[in-house]
Amino acid sequence: MRRSVIEMSEVGIQDRTKEAFQELVIAELPALYSLARRLVRDGAEDLVQEALLQAFRAFGTLKDEAAAGRWLKTILVNVFRDQLRKRSRTVDERPMGDLSDFSLYRTLVDEDPFPYSDTLHADFLRVFDSEDLREVLIRLPDIYRVPLVLRYIDGFATKEIARLMEAPLGTTLARLHRGRRLFEREMWVYAQEAGLLTKER
Amino acid sequence: MSMTDTKAIPCSEAVGQLWDYLDHAISPEDQEKVEKHLSFCRRCCGELEFAKEMRAFLATSSAEEIPPHVKERLERFVEGL
Repeated sequence: MRRSVIEMSEVGIQDRTKEAFQELVIAELPALYSLARRLVRDGAEDLVQEALLQAFRAFGTLKDEAAAGRWLKTILVNVFRDQLRKRSRTVDERPMGDLSDFSLYRTLVDEDPFPYSDTLHADFLRVFDSEDLREVLIRLPDIYRVPLVLRYIDGFATKEIARLMEAPLGTTLARLHRGRRLFEREMWVYAQEAGLLTKER
Repeated sequence: MSMTDTKAIPCSEAVGQLWDYLDHAISPEDQEKVEKHLSFCRRCCGELEFAKEMRAFLATSSAEEIPPHVKERLERFVEGL
């Protein structure tokens, strides 16, 4: 049966929409996949696929194509938050030990892992490649890791993170505060465990 | 107690607020207290420099490489939508 002119024009519009969507998201795939890998230990690709599916359905709501990257990341974080909620009904706020006295800056000064370095702290950061950084982040509980990743790696505003994670602003700020301490302590622990401080440099 | 005394905070408090200080996420009064502390505490200035280095380190680590086979699979997925 021959398709009507209206049907054919609808197909044409759908094809053009699909093409525009493809063009827009393919450039964003590395950034989306990187974010997904910092949010989940396993299943980053599945998370990206689910986000892409939801983004395609909501493509008509994207007003500014220049903001596509942030729009896609927001959708991905929403998908992740919903998965998190399904997985566990209670928020994991388990204590991670007393952090009040830990300072990575002071620990490096005291332990002096690179005795011949004039730039000790910068050198410490330089031994971490992207996989090491991911491993440290993934060790943190979700409630601390997610705000930290979104704020300091992906550049979301704290208010936006609070909205995305459906948590009060004060709670988000407190989690960021504790998350930074935890992150620095885990960097130190991981650097020792992974032998980053004894490698040939 | 003088005005100066009311603005004095210990190192533990100053260090605890450094990232919020850099984010301008604390009150102007607390911002002033941290600045006051930094004006005389060399060690906390070192902490501040390290906090800046750490933030730059995190900010520049956002764009990881995507393995070619994963990129290919995701591109095929997008094309199949």
